[in-house]
Amino acid sequence: MKHYDKIIFELSRAGRKGYELPADKYGVDGMAEIPADLLRTQEAELPEVSELEVVRHYTNLSNKNFGVDTGFYPLGSCTMKYNPKINEELAALPAFMSLHPLQDEKAIQGALELYWNLQRMLSNIAGLAEFTLNPYAGAHGELTGLMVMRQYHRSRGDHKRTKVIVPNSAHGTNPASAMVAGLEVVEVKSKPNGSIDVEDLKPLLDDTIAGIMMTNPNTLGMFETEILEIADLVHKAGGLLYYDGANLNPLLGKVRPGDMGFDIMHINLHKTFSTPHGGGGPGSGPVGVAKHLVQFLPNPHVVKREDGTFTISEGEESLGNISTFLGNFGVMMKAYAYILSLGKENIKNVGPLATLNANYIKESLKDDYLLPIDGVCKHEFVFDGLKDKSTGVTTLNVAKRLLDYGFHAPTIYFPLLFHESMMIEPTETESKETLDDFIEVMHKVAKESRETPEVVKEAPLTTLVRKLDETTAAKNPILNYRTLKAAEA
Amino acid sequence: MSKILDNLRYADSHEWVKVDGDIATVGITDYAQHALGNIVYVDMPEVGDEVTQGEDFGAVESVKAASDLISPISGEVIEINEALEDEPELVNQDAFENWIMKVRMTDPSEVEKLLDAAAYGKICEE
Amino acid sequence: MSNRYMPHTEEDLKAMLDKIGVASIDDLYVDVPGEVIYKEEYDIPSAMSEIELRKHFEELAGKNRTLTVFGGGGVYDHYSPSVIGHLLARSEFYTAYTPYQPEISQGTLQYIFEYQSMISELTGLEATNASMYDGATAAAEVMFMMVASAKKRNRVLISDTIAGNVIKVVKTYASFHGVDVTVIPEKDGVTDLAAIDKELETGDVAGVIVPTPNKYGIIEDFTGLADKVHAAKGYLGVYADPSTLAVLKTPVEWGADVACGDGQSLGMPMAFGGPYLGFISCNKSMIRKMPGRVVGATKDADGKRAFVLTLQAREQHIRREKATSNICSNQSLMALYATIYLSLLGKEGLKEVNVMSCDGAHYLYNRLIATGKFTPAFNKPFLKEFVVKTDLDMEKINKRLLDNGIMGGILLGDGMVEFAVTEKRTKEEIDNLVNLMTEEQ
Repeated sequence: MKHYDKIIFELSRAGRKGYELPADKYGVDGMAEIPADLLRTQEAELPEVSELEVVRHYTNLSNKNFGVDTGFYPLGSCTMKYNPKINEELAALPAFMSLHPLQDEKAIQGALELYWNLQRMLSNIAGLAEFTLNPYAGAHGELTGLMVMRQYHRSRGDHKRTKVIVPNSAHGTNPASAMVAGLEVVEVKSKPNGSIDVEDLKPLLDDTIAGIMMTNPNTLGMFETEILEIADLVHKAGGLLYYDGANLNPLLGKVRPGDMGFDIMHINLHKTFSTPHGGGGPGSGPVGVAKHLVQFLPNPHVVKREDGTFTISEGEESLGNISTFLGNFGVMMKAYAYILSLGKENIKNVGPLATLNANYIKESLKDDYLLPIDGVCKHEFVFDGLKDKSTGVTTLNVAKRLLDYGFHAPTIYFPLLFHESMMIEPTETESKETLDDFIEVMHKVAKESRETPEVVKEAPLTTLVRKLDETTAAKNPILNYRTLKAAEA
Repeated sequence: MSKILDNLRYADSHEWVKVDGDIATVGITDYAQHALGNIVYVDMPEVGDEVTQGEDFGAVESVKAASDLISPISGEVIEINEALEDEPELVNQDAFENWIMKVRMTDPSEVEKLLDAAAYGKICEE
Repeated sequence: MSNRYMPHTEEDLKAMLDKIGVASIDDLYVDVPGEVIYKEEYDIPSAMSEIELRKHFEELAGKNRTLTVFGGGGVYDHYSPSVIGHLLARSEFYTAYTPYQPEISQGTLQYIFEYQSMISELTGLEATNASMYDGATAAAEVMFMMVASAKKRNRVLISDTIAGNVIKVVKTYASFHGVDVTVIPEKDGVTDLAAIDKELETGDVAGVIVPTPNKYGIIEDFTGLADKVHAAKGYLGVYADPSTLAVLKTPVEWGADVACGDGQSLGMPMAFGGPYLGFISCNKSMIRKMPGRVVGATKDADGKRAFVLTLQAREQHIRREKATSNICSNQSLMALYATIYLSLLGKEGLKEVNVMSCDGAHYLYNRLIATGKFTPAFNKPFLKEFVVKTDLDMEKINKRLLDNGIMGGILLGDGMVEFAVTEKRTKEEIDNLVNLMTEEQ
């Protein structure tokens, strides 16, 4: 059904149904007790379809997707590693999925124990004192972490510290999170290799600085070699160091953020700890802090009592609540299963093997693709487009051509430090054979770009849909089926 | 090469101003519309809003970029170009013809701080 | 160095290191200062096989108890049809990333478009985003939307009849971002509308957020509120339980500009608090201030209908600190959950779920009142959740219920107890609940 093109509403026929409820069972007409003017008058036009139609429709839609299980996904800064199947199965156990979050604590001890164990493991891996698992995603973790930063300064009566330093090479989410947390962004320059320019940093460090947001390795996949000096400078100026855990994967087994001097960090469980990206979420963005910041973590949190039982507690110095309950528990279960599967013997190999895979691709392709920063990278690296740009083939063209060959594209046009950025992150779960296949195809595309550039510029040629009209979509947004039906009529 | 009109004044943030008494007509330059690409939306102020020189008064969006509109002068908005609400692409067609707002200036001397065509042309070349 | 998730053989390692031109993997970390290299062993358990892992999870599971649930408080034990789990397990959906390459992501893009369409059908508002984290963070984002849309106004009113944990989150966001939040008190279990009138007089209100149904399960009457808010140049937002919108008056029928809420009630597992999803719908005037991802319909180069992320220029990765929000993901898979649920239940089924929950709730309510030991707390119309008052020792009673495998009502203090009933509860379960609660001990 490659050419399946129906929208679920188009399958709808009045009177058809895909559900069955028990027969009327209470002998009470509750709806009669609600005054008519509190009821809706216009019906919601939801589809009316049979169960098989629903199953086929969404099965066909799944066939129009590309996931990690479909093929290699070298998407830089996204850490698209394998999502183990046992984790999905364990996270679906009814004994967890059926828990109401407000159940008596005696009836949720297993869930609390899991939350607490995971929190302890992450603290150890990060080299920090404690974690909250409440944030729902990486960006939510950033926001929470910056709130911790502000709450710390507030608690000391230090209200002048309203600025946060962000490298100009940082992902857009960093400054956006700072804005939401009520902090003003001050940019620090990056050196050509993406590292923070320490000389540019020094004059920024005054008593209005709440802290700095960094990731290490940086956006180009290069380790910030001056991290200890930066940490020292920021701390001496009274600021805190925030670690964006987007690039944590290569450090597993090698470096702990807390040991580099970071006070606050978030982890993307959906990157480093293998929980599925789910087509955009749900993720989970736990936030860890050093000892002096523990009391500022958000409410509620899970506490272990002396008798070994667990309870949910709220602290008075906390920054407040950032989630309805305790976060995306279903996601945490998968990360917990992953850490236990690897255990202390294997988890230490994650970073080194991710780094090995990245360097192997880099060295194998730098003859055809422009490597602006030479030297060892960590889990990812950036090419600045093709080495030979004479035929006018762009990074976008190369990315689209990869789709024709059955690979997902790398991250493109990020970071902004180069015009033709192409960011490649293979992860440790890929075999040498997969990497070799990718390298071969990348060479092939480079060759095509020299010999038949018009083919590459037309790509993708074999995908289900081709280049899309994004301008009209943004100018006259059609955001629902009603509008689409009217437009197509 | 972008078009630059001689009889206008310019801000280095790529807005142009045409002065008529104490009324200033404001738009974005041809250079700016080129840099943005296909414009899909112009976020305009409302009539009656106060704008201040050097502060933003709206934004222009293309598919994958957005740019703040910085007011080159201070005053009260007396008219906006409503045609841009439905056809933002008019800015791409002729950025000088399709102005964004008209302002009654509170301090016409502010215009003196703006660039002339030659000075603005140099900025565009850099 | 290999294990079941890391396929590197000794031979692979050697060949790869040779290609890179280094002798060992440690040489790839030469740029890391020696003093930060972690030389100890992680303090985590040894690797577990699947057999051991399964056993460990079963042990933890044994410390939980699956109950017959009569509690609500924003999380409802609605039934999840079997089909949903099967379709969500298709790894083409769950192992995909955000649909940034539309040519190979039409599956994700189309279900998000369908999700947006369905939520818009429920709220009546034209534009729905691809989803937020949860209801509480969606409400906080609606507060930001109001402030961004109503230029130069920085105060938002929120009714105290919205669930307490939602208000807490809104207040946290407001306190850090610098928005003034005024909580409008309740009167007899509903929003004190006169208090809103008074606040609107000051002329600095960007928006007002009220609930349907409210935290007591009451369906409030907001007749005339939208006109007053609009006359004061503010925006009206409704915090709604989306399941109930199949039967209850919708945000657009109340005259709202924006709606938000938590999608858990659309058949999602209670899952100890998440993942669920938050939704936001708004009318045209607020679209460009709406945070998060949005999918639009368009055509490809061959004129074929297709879907694409649109209105991206408003998002954080382009606008950086000028964006209205920092959100860069959505609860995509949970949006698929809601979409499949709403497809299966459809136009009639969602109404029936509400009717049956409503019947069950009224049956329980009538039975409790009939015992003479419970009295109505508010005497206001409700759907699936309600509050009664009692002099009984409810803490003790809830313990007794727990011993019998039941999650009883949520205790609100002052002898007030809140019960929720969904279509999953049978008459026998309700009778048993009432008997256990009222038996003499």
